[in-house]
Amino acid sequence: MTLTQKILAAHAGKETVAVGELILANLDRVLANDITAPVAIEEFNRIADAKIFDPDKISLVMDHFAPNKDIKAAEQCKTCRDFAGEHSIPGFYDGGDMGVEHALLPEKGLVTAGDVVIGADSHTCTYGALGAFSTGVGSTDMAVGMATGKAWFKVPAAIKVELTGSLQPYISGKDVVLHLIGLIGVDGALYQSIEFTGEGVASLSISDRLCICNMAIEAGGKNGIFPVDEITLEYLKSTGAKEPKIYTADEDAVYARVIKINLSEIEPTVAFPHLPENAKTFKEIGEVKIDQAVIGSCTNGRLEDLVAAAEIFKGRRVAKGVRTIIIPATQKIYLEALKLGLLEIFINAGALVSAPTCGPCLGGHMGILAAGERAVATTNRNFVGRMGHVKSEVYLASPTVAAASAIAGKLFDPRLLPQLTAGAVEN
Amino acid sequence: MNKVIKYGDNVDTDVIIPARYLNTTNKQELTSHAMEDIDPDFHKKITAGDIIVAGKNFGCGSSREHAPIVIKESGIALIIAESFARIFYRNSINIGLAIIESPEAAKEINEGDELSVDFENGLITNKSQNGKEYKVAPFPEFLQGIINGGGLVAVAASGELH
Repeated sequence: MTLTQKILAAHAGKETVAVGELILANLDRVLANDITAPVAIEEFNRIADAKIFDPDKISLVMDHFAPNKDIKAAEQCKTCRDFAGEHSIPGFYDGGDMGVEHALLPEKGLVTAGDVVIGADSHTCTYGALGAFSTGVGSTDMAVGMATGKAWFKVPAAIKVELTGSLQPYISGKDVVLHLIGLIGVDGALYQSIEFTGEGVASLSISDRLCICNMAIEAGGKNGIFPVDEITLEYLKSTGAKEPKIYTADEDAVYARVIKINLSEIEPTVAFPHLPENAKTFKEIGEVKIDQAVIGSCTNGRLEDLVAAAEIFKGRRVAKGVRTIIIPATQKIYLEALKLGLLEIFINAGALVSAPTCGPCLGGHMGILAAGERAVATTNRNFVGRMGHVKSEVYLASPTVAAASAIAGKLFDPRLLPQLTAGAVEN
Repeated sequence: MNKVIKYGDNVDTDVIIPARYLNTTNKQELTSHAMEDIDPDFHKKITAGDIIVAGKNFGCGSSREHAPIVIKESGIALIIAESFARIFYRNSINIGLAIIESPEAAKEINEGDELSVDFENGLITNKSQNGKEYKVAPFPEFLQGIINGGGLVAVAASGELH
Protein backbone atom coordinates (compact mmCIF):
# COMPACT_ATOMS: atom_id res chain seq x y z
CA MET A 1 0.00 0.00 0.00
CA THR A 2 0.99 3.62 -0.53
CA LEU A 3 1.47 5.97 2.42
CA THR A 4 -2.03 7.41 1.93
CA GLN A 5 -3.59 3.95 1.69
CA LYS A 6 -1.83 2.90 4.92
CA ILE A 7 -3.29 5.84 6.83
CA LEU A 8 -6.77 5.33 5.36
CA ALA A 9 -6.75 1.58 6.11
CA ALA A 10 -5.79 2.21 9.74
CA HIS A 11 -8.58 4.78 10.12
CA ALA A 12 -11.14 2.45 8.54
CA GLY A 13 -10.15 -0.42 10.85
CA LYS A 14 -8.91 -2.51 7.94
CA GLU A 15 -5.72 -4.51 7.37
CA THR A 16 -5.57 -3.46 3.75
CA VAL A 17 -7.48 -1.31 1.30
CA ALA A 18 -7.52 -1.44 -2.49
CA VAL A 19 -7.68 1.36 -5.07
CA GLY A 20 -11.31 2.27 -5.78
CA GLU A 21 -12.65 0.71 -2.57
CA LEU A 22 -15.18 2.87 -0.73
CA ILE A 23 -14.46 3.15 2.98
CA LEU A 24 -15.74 5.01 6.02
CA ALA A 25 -12.78 6.49 7.91
CA ASN A 26 -12.57 7.87 11.44
CA LEU A 27 -11.61 11.54 11.54
CA ASP A 28 -9.02 13.20 13.76
CA ARG A 29 -10.04 16.74 12.81
CA VAL A 30 -12.91 18.45 11.02
CA LEU A 31 -12.37 22.02 9.79
CA ALA A 32 -14.41 24.77 8.19
CA ASN A 33 -14.20 28.51 7.60
CA ASP A 34 -16.60 31.44 7.63
CA ILE A 35 -17.81 30.69 4.08
CA THR A 36 -18.28 26.93 4.26
CA ALA A 37 -19.25 26.49 7.94
CA PRO A 38 -22.60 28.35 7.69
CA VAL A 39 -23.77 25.90 4.99
CA ALA A 40 -22.47 22.98 7.09
CA ILE A 41 -24.28 24.30 10.17
CA GLU A 42 -27.58 24.41 8.23
CA GLU A 43 -27.02 20.80 7.16
CA PHE A 44 -25.95 19.74 10.67
CA ASN A 45 -29.15 21.21 12.08
CA ARG A 46 -31.20 19.02 9.71
CA ILE A 47 -29.96 15.97 11.62
CA ALA A 48 -32.40 15.52 14.50
CA ASP A 49 -30.75 15.68 17.97
CA ALA A 50 -27.32 15.95 16.37
CA LYS A 51 -24.38 16.25 18.72
CA ILE A 52 -20.77 17.08 17.89
CA PHE A 53 -18.86 13.78 18.01
CA ASP A 54 -15.90 15.44 19.76
CA PRO A 55 -15.86 19.24 20.23
CA ASP A 56 -12.05 19.21 20.66
CA LYS A 57 -11.66 17.88 17.12
CA ILE A 58 -13.57 20.68 15.42
CA SER A 59 -11.86 23.82 14.11
CA LEU A 60 -13.84 26.83 12.91
CA VAL A 61 -11.61 29.55 11.46
CA MET A 62 -12.97 32.95 10.47
CA ASP A 63 -10.54 33.94 7.73
CA HIS A 64 -12.07 34.29 4.26
CA PHE A 65 -14.18 37.43 4.66
CA ALA A 66 -12.74 38.30 8.09
CA PRO A 67 -12.12 40.78 9.58
CA ASN A 68 -15.78 41.01 8.55
CA LYS A 69 -15.88 42.75 5.19
CA ASP A 70 -19.58 43.63 5.21
CA ILE A 71 -22.81 43.06 7.12
CA LYS A 72 -23.53 39.72 5.48
CA ALA A 73 -20.01 38.45 6.24
CA ALA A 74 -20.49 39.58 9.84
CA GLU A 75 -23.75 37.60 10.01
CA GLN A 76 -22.00 34.48 8.70
CA CYS A 77 -19.23 34.77 11.29
CA LYS A 78 -21.88 35.29 13.97
CA THR A 79 -23.63 32.09 12.88
CA CYS A 80 -20.33 30.23 13.34
CA ARG A 81 -19.58 31.94 16.68
CA ASP A 82 -23.04 31.10 18.05
CA PHE A 83 -22.74 27.50 16.86
CA ALA A 84 -19.31 27.12 18.53
CA GLY A 85 -20.78 28.52 21.76
CA GLU A 86 -23.86 26.34 21.65
CA HIS A 87 -21.84 23.16 21.11
CA SER A 88 -18.91 24.10 23.38
CA ILE A 89 -16.37 23.98 20.56
CA PRO A 90 -13.10 25.43 21.91
CA GLY A 91 -11.47 25.70 18.48
CA PHE A 92 -13.23 28.82 17.25
CA TYR A 93 -10.73 31.34 15.85
CA ASP A 94 -11.63 34.94 15.15
CA GLY A 95 -10.33 38.46 15.73
CA GLY A 96 -6.90 38.61 17.35
CA ASP A 97 -6.85 34.84 17.77
CA MET A 98 -7.17 34.06 14.10
CA GLY A 99 -5.09 33.30 11.06
CA VAL A 100 -5.48 31.80 7.63
CA GLU A 101 -6.75 28.31 8.46
CA HIS A 102 -4.06 26.18 6.81
CA ALA A 103 -1.29 28.22 8.37
CA LEU A 104 -3.07 28.36 11.72
CA LEU A 105 -3.83 24.67 12.35
CA PRO A 106 -0.24 23.39 11.95
CA GLU A 107 1.08 26.34 13.99
CA LYS A 108 -1.29 25.55 16.85
CA GLY A 109 -0.27 21.89 16.82
CA LEU A 110 -3.78 20.78 15.82
CA VAL A 111 -2.55 18.33 13.18
CA THR A 112 0.01 15.58 13.61
CA ALA A 113 1.56 12.84 11.49
CA GLY A 114 -0.78 9.94 10.78
CA ASP A 115 -3.99 11.98 11.25
CA VAL A 116 -6.98 11.91 8.93
CA VAL A 117 -8.31 15.46 8.50
CA ILE A 118 -11.19 16.77 6.44
CA GLY A 119 -11.85 20.44 5.89
CA ALA A 120 -14.58 22.28 4.06
CA ASP A 121 -11.90 24.09 2.13
CA SER A 122 -10.09 22.67 -0.87
CA HIS A 123 -6.63 23.60 0.45
CA THR A 124 -7.04 21.32 3.46
CA CYS A 125 -4.59 19.07 1.57
CA THR A 126 -1.84 21.31 3.04
CA TYR A 127 -1.30 19.09 6.11
CA GLY A 128 0.09 16.25 4.01
CA ALA A 129 3.36 18.11 4.61
CA LEU A 130 3.21 16.76 8.19
CA GLY A 131 2.59 13.16 7.14
CA ALA A 132 -1.18 13.37 7.63
CA PHE A 133 -3.91 12.40 5.20
CA SER A 134 -5.88 15.58 4.76
CA THR A 135 -8.30 16.57 2.07
CA GLY A 136 -10.90 19.13 1.12
CA VAL A 137 -14.58 18.26 1.20
CA GLY A 138 -17.87 20.13 0.99
CA SER A 139 -20.13 21.48 3.69
CA THR A 140 -22.35 18.38 3.80
CA ASP A 141 -19.32 16.16 4.47
CA MET A 142 -18.31 18.65 7.16
CA ALA A 143 -21.77 18.49 8.75
CA VAL A 144 -21.83 14.70 8.81
CA GLY A 145 -18.18 14.63 9.91
CA MET A 146 -19.04 16.86 12.89
CA ALA A 147 -21.98 14.63 13.81
CA THR A 148 -20.43 11.20 13.28
CA GLY A 149 -16.65 11.65 13.27
CA LYS A 150 -16.56 9.81 9.96
CA ALA A 151 -16.27 10.49 6.25
CA TRP A 152 -16.55 8.30 3.17
CA PHE A 153 -13.58 8.02 0.84
CA LYS A 154 -12.80 6.24 -2.37
CA VAL A 155 -9.31 4.82 -1.84
CA PRO A 156 -7.05 6.70 -4.26
CA ALA A 157 -4.25 5.49 -6.50
CA ALA A 158 -1.08 7.57 -6.21
CA ILE A 159 1.42 9.45 -8.28
CA LYS A 160 4.92 9.10 -6.86
CA VAL A 161 7.09 12.20 -7.19
CA GLU A 162 10.75 11.34 -6.63
CA LEU A 163 12.75 14.36 -5.58
CA THR A 164 16.52 14.62 -5.96
CA GLY A 165 18.97 17.49 -5.51
CA SER A 166 18.27 20.68 -3.57
CA LEU A 167 16.83 24.10 -4.36
CA GLN A 168 19.03 26.96 -5.58
CA PRO A 169 18.95 30.40 -3.90
CA TYR A 170 15.72 32.40 -4.45
CA ILE A 171 13.85 29.19 -5.40
CA SER A 172 11.24 27.66 -3.08
CA GLY A 173 8.49 25.08 -2.75
CA LYS A 174 6.17 27.31 -4.77
CA ASP A 175 8.37 26.98 -7.84
CA VAL A 176 8.46 23.20 -7.36
CA VAL A 177 4.70 22.83 -7.17
CA LEU A 178 4.03 25.21 -10.08
CA HIS A 179 6.56 23.21 -12.12
CA LEU A 180 4.80 19.96 -11.15
CA ILE A 181 1.33 21.29 -12.05
CA GLY A 182 2.77 22.53 -15.33
CA LEU A 183 4.02 19.00 -16.01
CA ILE A 184 0.86 17.06 -15.18
CA GLY A 185 -1.91 19.65 -15.69
CA VAL A 186 -4.81 20.82 -13.54
CA ASP A 187 -6.42 17.37 -13.72
CA GLY A 188 -3.16 15.43 -13.80
CA ALA A 189 -3.71 13.93 -10.35
CA LEU A 190 -7.52 13.70 -10.51
CA TYR A 191 -8.85 11.31 -7.82
CA GLN A 192 -5.21 10.49 -6.91
CA SER A 193 -2.72 11.11 -4.13
CA ILE A 194 0.55 12.84 -4.86
CA GLU A 195 3.23 11.19 -2.72
CA PHE A 196 6.61 12.90 -2.50
CA THR A 197 9.67 10.74 -1.87
CA GLY A 198 13.39 10.64 -2.51
CA GLU A 199 16.59 12.08 -1.14
CA GLY A 200 15.50 15.60 -2.13
CA VAL A 201 12.80 15.61 0.57
CA ALA A 202 15.37 16.19 3.29
CA SER A 203 16.43 19.49 1.69
CA LEU A 204 12.92 20.94 1.86
CA SER A 205 11.76 22.93 4.88
CA ILE A 206 8.35 22.38 6.46
CA SER A 207 7.31 25.69 4.94
CA ASP A 208 8.23 24.43 1.45
CA ARG A 209 6.42 21.14 2.07
CA LEU A 210 3.28 22.91 3.31
CA CYS A 211 3.30 25.09 0.19
CA ILE A 212 3.77 22.08 -2.12
CA CYS A 213 1.00 20.00 -0.51
CA ASN A 214 -1.27 23.06 -0.39
CA MET A 215 -1.40 23.13 -4.19
CA ALA A 216 -1.91 19.36 -4.73
CA ILE A 217 -5.57 20.27 -5.32
CA GLU A 218 -4.53 22.52 -8.22
CA ALA A 219 -3.44 19.35 -10.02
CA GLY A 220 -6.80 17.80 -9.11
CA GLY A 221 -5.19 15.70 -6.37
CA LYS A 222 -7.08 14.23 -3.46
CA ASN A 223 -4.10 14.84 -1.21
CA GLY A 224 -0.39 15.54 -1.31
CA ILE A 225 1.80 13.88 1.28
CA PHE A 226 5.41 13.82 2.46
CA PRO A 227 7.05 11.04 4.45
CA VAL A 228 7.79 11.84 8.09
CA ASP A 229 11.45 12.62 8.80
CA GLU A 230 13.54 14.42 11.43
CA ILE A 231 12.43 17.81 10.08
CA THR A 232 8.77 16.84 10.50
CA LEU A 233 9.28 15.48 14.00
CA GLU A 234 11.18 18.55 15.09
CA TYR A 235 8.44 20.80 13.74
CA LEU A 236 5.65 18.80 15.38
CA LYS A 237 7.51 18.96 18.68
CA SER A 238 7.86 22.73 18.36
CA THR A 239 4.09 23.15 17.87
CA GLY A 240 3.12 20.87 20.73
CA ALA A 241 1.19 18.56 18.40
CA LYS A 242 0.03 15.26 19.84
CA GLU A 243 2.27 12.20 19.53
CA PRO A 244 2.86 11.53 15.81
CA LYS A 245 1.99 8.18 14.29
CA ILE A 246 4.43 7.38 11.54
CA TYR A 247 3.25 5.40 8.54
CA THR A 248 5.47 4.49 5.61
CA ALA A 249 4.66 3.31 2.12
CA ASP A 250 5.30 -0.38 1.46
CA GLU A 251 8.38 -1.21 -0.59
CA ASP A 252 6.13 -2.90 -3.14
CA ALA A 253 3.49 -0.17 -3.22
CA VAL A 254 1.97 0.29 -6.67
CA TYR A 255 1.90 3.76 -8.22
CA ALA A 256 -0.15 4.92 -11.19
CA ARG A 257 2.74 7.05 -12.36
CA VAL A 258 6.25 8.05 -11.27
CA ILE A 259 7.58 11.57 -11.88
CA LYS A 260 11.18 12.55 -11.19
CA ILE A 261 12.07 16.11 -10.28
CA ASN A 262 15.62 17.32 -9.74
CA LEU A 263 15.20 20.22 -7.30
CA SER A 264 18.57 21.66 -8.36
CA GLU A 265 17.13 22.30 -11.83
CA ILE A 266 13.98 24.13 -10.70
CA GLU A 267 13.86 27.76 -11.82
CA PRO A 268 11.66 30.65 -10.71
CA THR A 269 8.27 29.70 -12.16
CA VAL A 270 5.15 31.74 -12.84
CA ALA A 271 1.69 30.36 -13.70
CA PHE A 272 -0.01 32.57 -16.27
CA PRO A 273 -3.76 33.23 -16.43
CA HIS A 274 -6.17 31.50 -16.20
CA LEU A 275 -4.99 28.09 -15.00
CA PRO A 276 -2.28 27.05 -12.53
CA GLU A 277 -0.95 24.65 -15.19
CA ASN A 278 0.21 27.54 -17.40
CA ALA A 279 3.65 27.44 -15.78
CA LYS A 280 6.49 29.36 -17.41
CA THR A 281 10.08 30.08 -16.47
CA PHE A 282 11.66 33.46 -17.18
CA LYS A 283 13.13 32.15 -20.45
CA GLU A 284 9.54 32.17 -21.74
CA ILE A 285 8.31 35.30 -19.98
CA GLY A 286 8.39 38.57 -21.87
CA GLU A 287 7.42 42.00 -20.59
CA VAL A 288 4.37 41.62 -18.33
CA LYS A 289 3.59 44.82 -16.42
CA ILE A 290 1.76 44.46 -13.13
CA ASP A 291 -0.56 46.69 -11.11
CA GLN A 292 -0.57 44.76 -7.85
CA ALA A 293 1.54 42.28 -5.92
CA VAL A 294 0.11 40.12 -3.14
CA ILE A 295 2.34 38.17 -0.77
CA GLY A 296 0.43 35.98 1.68
CA SER A 297 -2.31 33.29 1.75
CA CYS A 298 -2.40 29.68 2.97
CA THR A 299 0.10 28.92 0.22
CA ASN A 300 2.80 31.50 1.00
CA GLY A 301 2.00 33.58 4.07
CA ARG A 302 4.34 31.85 6.50
CA LEU A 303 7.32 33.45 8.23
CA GLU A 304 9.83 31.86 5.86
CA ASP A 305 7.93 33.44 2.94
CA LEU A 306 8.01 36.87 4.57
CA VAL A 307 11.72 36.53 5.34
CA ALA A 308 12.40 35.64 1.69
CA ALA A 309 10.37 38.62 0.48
CA ALA A 310 12.03 40.97 2.98
CA GLU A 311 15.48 40.03 1.67
CA ILE A 312 14.36 41.27 -1.74
CA PHE A 313 12.63 44.41 -0.45
CA LYS A 314 15.43 45.49 1.89
CA GLY A 315 16.85 48.83 0.74
CA ARG A 316 14.61 48.92 -2.34
CA ARG A 317 11.28 50.54 -3.26
CA VAL A 318 8.30 49.03 -5.05
CA ALA A 319 7.72 50.50 -8.51
CA LYS A 320 5.42 53.52 -8.68
CA GLY A 321 1.86 52.37 -9.27
CA VAL A 322 2.30 48.81 -8.01
CA ARG A 323 0.04 48.26 -5.02
CA THR A 324 1.98 45.79 -2.91
CA ILE A 325 0.01 44.00 -0.21
CA ILE A 326 1.72 41.77 2.32
CA ILE A 327 -0.43 39.57 4.55
CA PRO A 328 1.17 37.54 7.33
CA ALA A 329 -0.98 34.40 7.50
CA THR A 330 -1.42 34.30 11.29
CA GLN A 331 -1.14 36.63 14.26
CA LYS A 332 1.91 34.69 15.46
CA ILE A 333 3.64 35.14 12.10
CA TYR A 334 2.69 38.84 12.17
CA LEU A 335 4.28 39.23 15.60
CA GLU A 336 7.43 37.35 14.60
CA ALA A 337 7.71 39.48 11.46
CA LEU A 338 7.41 42.55 13.66
CA LYS A 339 10.13 41.36 16.03
CA LEU A 340 12.46 40.51 13.13
CA GLY A 341 12.00 43.99 11.67
CA LEU A 342 10.38 42.65 8.50
CA LEU A 343 7.35 44.93 8.75
CA GLU A 344 9.62 47.97 8.77
CA ILE A 345 11.38 46.72 5.65
CA PHE A 346 8.03 46.22 3.90
CA ILE A 347 6.68 49.62 4.87
CA ASN A 348 9.92 51.39 3.94
CA ALA A 349 9.76 49.64 0.57
CA GLY A 350 6.31 51.12 -0.01
CA ALA A 351 4.25 48.01 0.68
CA LEU A 352 1.04 47.72 2.69
CA VAL A 353 0.91 45.23 5.55
CA SER A 354 -2.48 43.78 6.44
CA ALA A 355 -3.97 41.75 9.26
CA PRO A 356 -4.26 38.01 8.52
CA THR A 357 -7.04 37.21 6.02
CA CYS A 358 -7.63 35.15 2.87
CA GLY A 359 -9.12 38.40 1.47
CA PRO A 360 -7.64 39.11 -1.96
CA CYS A 361 -6.79 35.50 -2.86
CA LEU A 362 -10.42 34.71 -3.66
CA GLY A 363 -11.48 38.22 -4.64
CA GLY A 364 -13.10 38.70 -1.27
CA HIS A 365 -11.71 42.00 -0.03
CA MET A 366 -8.42 43.85 0.68
CA GLY A 367 -7.05 44.03 -2.85
CA ILE A 368 -9.67 43.49 -5.57
CA LEU A 369 -8.62 44.03 -9.19
CA ALA A 370 -10.36 46.28 -11.73
CA ALA A 371 -10.93 45.34 -15.38
CA GLY A 372 -7.66 45.04 -17.27
CA GLU A 373 -5.49 44.97 -14.15
CA ARG A 374 -2.82 42.39 -13.48
CA ALA A 375 -1.55 41.01 -10.19
CA VAL A 376 1.40 38.82 -9.35
CA ALA A 377 0.35 36.81 -6.30
CA THR A 378 1.79 34.13 -4.07
CA THR A 379 -1.73 32.66 -3.84
CA ASN A 380 -2.93 29.43 -5.41
CA ARG A 381 -5.50 30.11 -8.13
CA ASN A 382 -5.58 32.31 -11.20
CA PHE A 383 -9.00 31.40 -12.59
CA VAL A 384 -11.12 33.95 -14.47
CA GLY A 385 -12.31 36.59 -12.00
CA ARG A 386 -10.50 34.98 -9.08
CA MET A 387 -9.13 38.24 -7.64
CA GLY A 388 -11.78 40.61 -8.97
CA HIS A 389 -13.10 41.65 -12.37
CA VAL A 390 -13.51 38.88 -14.98
CA LYS A 391 -11.16 40.87 -17.21
CA SER A 392 -8.37 41.02 -14.59
CA GLU A 393 -5.43 38.64 -14.52
CA VAL A 394 -3.54 36.78 -11.77
CA TYR A 395 0.01 35.47 -12.18
CA LEU A 396 0.94 32.90 -9.53
CA ALA A 397 4.49 33.01 -8.21
CA SER A 398 6.76 32.58 -5.19
CA PRO A 399 7.39 35.30 -2.59
CA THR A 400 10.79 36.17 -4.11
CA VAL A 401 9.33 36.47 -7.62
CA ALA A 402 6.38 38.53 -6.35
CA ALA A 403 8.71 40.84 -4.40
CA ALA A 404 11.14 41.27 -7.30
CA SER A 405 8.21 41.92 -9.65
CA ALA A 406 6.77 44.54 -7.29
CA ILE A 407 10.12 46.37 -7.41
CA ALA A 408 10.53 46.05 -11.17
CA GLY A 409 6.88 46.84 -11.96
CA LYS A 410 6.74 43.78 -14.18
CA LEU A 411 7.25 40.04 -13.80
CA PHE A 412 10.89 39.76 -12.82
CA ASP A 413 13.41 37.04 -12.03
CA PRO A 414 14.64 37.66 -8.44
CA ARG A 415 18.07 36.31 -9.35
CA LEU A 416 18.56 39.27 -11.68
CA LEU A 417 17.61 42.01 -9.20
CA PRO A 418 21.18 43.28 -8.69
CA GLN A 419 21.22 43.98 -12.42
CA LEU A 420 18.24 46.32 -12.22
CA THR A 421 19.64 49.83 -12.56
CA ALA A 422 19.02 52.28 -9.75
CA GLY A 423 16.86 54.31 -12.13
CA ALA A 424 14.66 51.34 -12.96
CA VAL A 425 14.23 50.55 -9.30
CA GLU A 426 13.07 54.05 -8.53
CA ASN A 427 10.79 54.58 -11.54
CA MET B 1 -34.98 15.01 -19.91
CA ASN B 2 -34.22 17.99 -21.98
CA LYS B 3 -32.01 20.39 -23.82
CA VAL B 4 -28.23 20.50 -23.56
CA ILE B 5 -26.14 23.52 -22.65
CA LYS B 6 -22.48 22.87 -23.33
CA TYR B 7 -19.25 24.10 -21.73
CA GLY B 8 -15.56 23.29 -22.21
CA ASP B 9 -12.81 21.90 -19.96
CA ASN B 10 -11.93 22.99 -16.40
CA VAL B 11 -15.13 24.87 -15.56
CA ASP B 12 -14.08 26.02 -12.08
CA THR B 13 -16.14 26.80 -9.01
CA ASP B 14 -15.07 30.47 -9.17
CA VAL B 15 -17.00 30.91 -12.42
CA ILE B 16 -19.88 28.66 -11.29
CA ILE B 17 -20.44 30.87 -8.24
CA PRO B 18 -17.93 33.70 -7.74
CA ALA B 19 -16.56 34.00 -4.19
CA ARG B 20 -17.74 37.61 -3.96
CA TYR B 21 -21.29 36.29 -3.53
CA LEU B 22 -20.49 33.76 -0.81
CA ASN B 23 -21.38 36.08 2.05
CA THR B 24 -24.80 34.44 2.24
CA THR B 25 -26.28 30.94 2.45
CA ASN B 26 -29.58 32.08 0.90
CA LYS B 27 -30.00 29.60 -1.95
CA GLN B 28 -32.20 31.86 -4.06
CA GLU B 29 -29.76 34.76 -3.84
CA LEU B 30 -26.77 32.51 -4.56
CA THR B 31 -28.58 30.89 -7.49
CA SER B 32 -29.23 34.26 -9.13
CA HIS B 33 -25.45 34.43 -9.72
CA ALA B 34 -25.02 30.87 -11.06
CA MET B 35 -22.47 30.64 -13.88
CA GLU B 36 -22.27 34.44 -13.93
CA ASP B 37 -18.56 34.72 -14.77
CA ILE B 38 -18.57 32.14 -17.57
CA ASP B 39 -22.06 32.60 -19.02
CA PRO B 40 -23.95 35.75 -17.98
CA ASP B 41 -27.00 34.57 -20.00
CA PHE B 42 -27.19 31.20 -18.20
CA HIS B 43 -30.56 31.81 -16.58
CA LYS B 44 -32.05 33.15 -19.82
CA LYS B 45 -30.89 30.09 -21.75
CA ILE B 46 -32.15 27.31 -19.52
CA THR B 47 -35.47 25.84 -18.50
CA ALA B 48 -36.02 23.39 -15.66
CA GLY B 49 -34.85 19.90 -16.56
CA ASP B 50 -32.03 21.04 -18.88
CA ILE B 51 -28.68 19.25 -18.87
CA ILE B 52 -25.14 20.62 -18.69
CA VAL B 53 -22.59 18.77 -20.81
CA ALA B 54 -18.95 19.69 -20.25
CA GLY B 55 -15.37 18.63 -20.83
CA LYS B 56 -12.67 17.54 -18.39
CA ASN B 57 -12.36 18.41 -14.71
CA PHE B 58 -15.78 20.05 -14.26
CA GLY B 59 -16.06 21.88 -10.92
CA CYS B 60 -12.34 22.21 -10.25
CA GLY B 61 -11.02 24.58 -7.61
CA SER B 62 -12.72 25.51 -4.38
CA SER B 63 -14.64 23.03 -2.22
CA ARG B 64 -17.60 25.42 -1.99
CA GLU B 65 -20.76 23.35 -1.96
CA HIS B 66 -22.52 26.49 -3.15
CA ALA B 67 -21.38 25.43 -6.67
CA PRO B 68 -23.43 22.23 -7.06
CA ILE B 69 -26.21 23.85 -5.00
CA VAL B 70 -26.68 26.78 -7.43
CA ILE B 71 -26.62 24.45 -10.43
CA LYS B 72 -29.23 22.20 -8.84
CA GLU B 73 -31.38 25.14 -7.70
CA SER B 74 -31.22 26.65 -11.21
CA GLY B 75 -33.19 23.65 -12.41
CA ILE B 76 -30.38 21.73 -14.10
CA ALA B 77 -31.38 18.06 -13.88
CA LEU B 78 -28.05 16.47 -14.71
CA ILE B 79 -24.41 17.21 -15.54
CA ILE B 80 -22.59 14.96 -17.98
CA ALA B 81 -18.83 15.57 -18.18
CA GLU B 82 -15.68 13.88 -19.42
CA SER B 83 -14.51 14.02 -15.80
CA PHE B 84 -15.35 15.84 -12.58
CA ALA B 85 -13.04 17.45 -10.03
CA ARG B 86 -13.20 15.19 -7.01
CA ILE B 87 -14.66 17.57 -4.41
CA PHE B 88 -17.40 18.68 -6.81
CA TYR B 89 -18.11 15.00 -7.52
CA ARG B 90 -18.59 14.09 -3.85
CA ASN B 91 -20.52 17.30 -3.11
CA SER B 92 -22.95 16.51 -5.94
CA ILE B 93 -23.56 13.01 -4.60
CA ASN B 94 -23.91 14.31 -1.05
CA ILE B 95 -26.57 16.88 -2.02
CA GLY B 96 -28.33 14.73 -4.62
CA LEU B 97 -27.36 16.50 -7.85
CA ALA B 98 -27.27 13.93 -10.67
CA ILE B 99 -23.91 13.63 -12.43
CA ILE B 100 -22.62 11.22 -15.05
CA GLU B 101 -19.02 10.75 -16.11
CA SER B 102 -18.90 9.73 -19.77
CA PRO B 103 -16.03 10.99 -21.93
CA GLU B 104 -17.62 9.68 -25.12
CA ALA B 105 -21.04 11.25 -24.51
CA ALA B 106 -19.49 14.51 -23.28
CA LYS B 107 -17.43 14.81 -26.47
CA GLU B 108 -20.16 13.92 -28.96
CA ILE B 109 -23.25 15.62 -27.56
CA ASN B 110 -23.76 19.14 -28.90
CA GLU B 111 -25.23 22.33 -27.51
CA GLY B 112 -29.00 22.30 -27.98
CA ASP B 113 -29.30 18.49 -28.37
CA GLU B 114 -32.21 16.82 -26.66
CA LEU B 115 -31.41 13.83 -24.48
CA SER B 116 -33.33 11.21 -22.60
CA VAL B 117 -31.61 9.56 -19.67
CA ASP B 118 -32.54 6.23 -18.08
CA PHE B 119 -30.73 6.23 -14.73
CA GLU B 120 -31.95 2.78 -13.74
CA ASN B 121 -30.43 1.11 -16.76
CA GLY B 122 -27.53 3.59 -17.15
CA LEU B 123 -28.43 4.75 -20.64
CA ILE B 124 -28.17 8.19 -22.29
CA THR B 125 -30.05 8.57 -25.60
CA ASN B 126 -29.38 11.55 -27.85
CA LYS B 127 -32.69 12.25 -29.60
CA SER B 128 -31.04 14.91 -31.76
CA GLN B 129 -28.40 12.52 -33.15
CA ASN B 130 -30.58 9.67 -34.46
CA GLY B 131 -31.07 8.18 -31.02
CA LYS B 132 -27.36 7.53 -30.44
CA GLU B 133 -26.96 5.69 -27.13
CA TYR B 134 -24.27 5.78 -24.46
CA LYS B 135 -24.02 3.12 -21.79
CA VAL B 136 -23.04 4.49 -18.39
CA ALA B 137 -21.44 2.51 -15.55
CA PRO B 138 -23.70 2.44 -12.46
CA PHE B 139 -22.58 4.08 -9.21
CA PRO B 140 -21.07 1.73 -6.63
CA GLU B 141 -23.67 0.41 -4.17
CA PHE B 142 -22.44 2.63 -1.33
CA LEU B 143 -22.85 5.85 -3.35
CA GLN B 144 -26.16 4.70 -4.83
CA GLY B 145 -27.29 4.23 -1.22
CA ILE B 146 -26.50 7.89 -0.47
CA ILE B 147 -28.32 9.01 -3.62
CA ASN B 148 -31.36 6.78 -2.96
CA GLY B 149 -31.40 7.80 0.69
CA GLY B 150 -31.85 11.47 -0.23
CA GLY B 151 -28.26 12.62 0.28
CA LEU B 152 -25.61 12.16 2.94
CA VAL B 153 -27.33 14.14 5.71
CA ALA B 154 -30.54 12.14 5.36
CA VAL B 155 -28.58 8.88 5.42
CA ALA B 156 -26.56 9.96 8.46
CA ALA B 157 -29.72 11.17 10.22
CA SER B 158 -31.36 7.78 9.75
CA GLY B 159 -28.31 6.10 11.33
CA GLU B 160 -27.70 4.16 8.12
CA LEU B 161 -24.13 5.40 7.59
CA HIS B 162 -21.89 2.43 8.14
